[in-house]
Amino acid sequence: MTTVAKTKAGDEGTGSPYALSHLDALESEAVHIFREVAGEFENPVILFSGGKDSIVMLHLALKAFRPAAVPFSLLHVDTGHNFPEVLDYRDRTVAGHGLRLHVASVQDYIDRGVLKERADGTRNPLQTLPLTEKIQSERFDAVFGGGRRDEEKARAKERVFSLRDEFSQWDPRRQRPELWNLYNGRHAPGEHVRVFPLSNWTELDVWQYIAREGIELPGIYYAHTREVFRRDGMWLTAGDWGGPKDDEAVEKRLVRYRTVGDMSCTGAVDSDADTIEKVITEIAASRLTERGATRADDKLSEAAMEDRKREGYF
Amino acid sequence: MTTTTTTDLAATTLLRFATAGSVDDGKSTLVGRLLHDSKSVLADQLEAVERASASRGQQAPDLALLTDGLRAEREQGITIDVAYRYFATPRRRFILADTPGHVQYTRNMVTGASTAELTVILVDARNGVVEQTRRHAAIAALLRVPHVVLAVNKMDLVDYRESVFAAIAEEFTAYATELGVPEVTAIPISALVGDNVVEPSATMDWYGGPTVLEHLETVPVSHDLAHCHARLPVQYVIRPQTAEHPDYRGYAGQIAAGSFRVGDEVTVLPSGRTTRISGIDLLGEPVDVAWTTQSVTVLLQDDIDVSRGDLMVPSKDAPATTQDVEATVCHVADQPLTVGHRVLLKHGTRTVKAIVKDIPSRLTLDDLSLHPHPGQLVANDIGRVKIRTAEPLPVDSYADSRRTGSFILIDPSDGTTLTAGMVGESFASPVPVKDAADEDGWDF
Repeated sequence: MTTVAKTKAGDEGTGSPYALSHLDALESEAVHIFREVAGEFENPVILFSGGKDSIVMLHLALKAFRPAAVPFSLLHVDTGHNFPEVLDYRDRTVAGHGLRLHVASVQDYIDRGVLKERADGTRNPLQTLPLTEKIQSERFDAVFGGGRRDEEKARAKERVFSLRDEFSQWDPRRQRPELWNLYNGRHAPGEHVRVFPLSNWTELDVWQYIAREGIELPGIYYAHTREVFRRDGMWLTAGDWGGPKDDEAVEKRLVRYRTVGDMSCTGAVDSDADTIEKVITEIAASRLTERGATRADDKLSEAAMEDRKREGYF
Repeated sequence: MTTTTTTDLAATTLLRFATAGSVDDGKSTLVGRLLHDSKSVLADQLEAVERASASRGQQAPDLALLTDGLRAEREQGITIDVAYRYFATPRRRFILADTPGHVQYTRNMVTGASTAELTVILVDARNGVVEQTRRHAAIAALLRVPHVVLAVNKMDLVDYRESVFAAIAEEFTAYATELGVPEVTAIPISALVGDNVVEPSATMDWYGGPTVLEHLETVPVSHDLAHCHARLPVQYVIRPQTAEHPDYRGYAGQIAAGSFRVGDEVTVLPSGRTTRISGIDLLGEPVDVAWTTQSVTVLLQDDIDVSRGDLMVPSKDAPATTQDVEATVCHVADQPLTVGHRVLLKHGTRTVKAIVKDIPSRLTLDDLSLHPHPGQLVANDIGRVKIRTAEPLPVDSYADSRRTGSFILIDPSDGTTLTAGMVGESFASPVPVKDAADEDGWDF
């Protein structure tokens, strides 16, 4: 009785009352991927950063197994330079759903002398080792990531099920062809599979889904007044991580974030979009990709993302 | 006002399509044009392409750099692997499987076409229908892609002559129809100049049809469910065992074909047990009816044994189960597939042991001739195989259901995906298209 209204069937131009809206199709596909992993793997984990993609991913996992609990734990790679609003969101979410959270801490590795702080202060590339060691020590065999193929050209080549060797490396030349929706999760002991349920989503899809489902996000995604300074064409938030330098002036601006990552390399954009409707309007009109607008780590070289992914980055 | 925008965008549908074309047909230009003219290339991406092009000493931005994402691809100037691209118009969202046109074409095109509702096959107007074109049409027909677009490109190089286009369209359509391709839409374009890709051509006023994008926006994406066999591969059993839901036992899966309704009598295969659907949950909310490709959870009246790998079907429309599968396959791995090969076969949500009993023939796509008993299939080969499975499988003909008529073969020793399989007859054509070497009666 509620079916037709719920799924927004009957799109014009399709000629069929059974056509799914694009969001319903993407949702259904992602849920299928979650259930495949639950059915085929022993010890999966969801990478959860408190960013919008991982929040949507968790929301989909919750829907996939209703009314049962999500059969996965969460893993956060804490750079030590996270936004406090995001950590707060993370902890509230974990508690609210009764989930189990693993944390891999970059700061621990630095304190132990295993990793060294980089000259440019960014800790994003430093996440790879804590992540891969945690995967090995906890024996995770499937690791869900919120990566989307529309984010970046190396990610456009990524499979939904992506096999990683015992060193967590990605070899783009040796990927398994993915046919129909028949995902192949076979792996040897010590190997694991990265799984990307949001592969086919775009940034706009994610925002529209957040709007449709009424998903709460950390406040930094919406326009707010913040103390920022300019570096490499981006507005960065001042903090213990090492900014600003002497020649960088702090000012108060109305900004919001399009992505959430390490404070040292995630920039804010000037925006007055303080509601989800305004955010969607802004994204739809934007002439910049979210990574192009706000991520310094992708600008390091033409193949920065591919190189990091080969080493084991998400 | 902004709320309206949100609703309008959310109500659009999704079309998955694939491109096919050899290196010089202008595929990259077409893809670049589609992305660029539909305003899906953003400023920073274009800037990156301009920067990279300039550093290579190229005069104009090389739009292929938009799509070649890997280091090795850029170094060698070739496309290695299928990439997925995303763009949108106010009417529809698109997922484009951008498949490379070089030597590894077959497995890549099969990969792209397996999930596609539509394939765009490019032809150079100066060359017309060539071997490669017939190969692409054959793969589209084998994979049973519902819609085929013939894009006759480089019309600017043949003075935009209608006669050139008409001859190519006629030859291709005749060939494709013979293969059983249900629908061909031929469009004269110039990807370089932009004629009939996104914008209608100002030069070819003799052409009254849609542009490529217009056609992509309006082609119907759903099949007529009334004629579909309903199929639900059971993925996972949901049992909360909580105080609130002590007895909840739901069978989760994505509907592969057709529709299911509360009250339907269903049979669970391969066991053959029968019961009725007592409820359907659509991601937590009860519904009366659900259809392909919704992910649902089905509740059954009787407490019968159902687990991952089973297939739920209407009792009045159940497929036969068999341990002997005959199929057309495309071999996608570097190691060959041989008679006697022990493999794993994944069909729907079920993975079973299997053995390759026979490889009766290999198909030459160029002329659709058959080579009997090739002994093995190597990468990119298409052939017929007979497979014996360790357990009975409820398989449909691929002609009836792309989801429950398809399978993959996996190497049990290292997990490699070996082969893509399609159960039943190869082409929809009632008569063999060409009978060269077709002495043993195989119906290609």
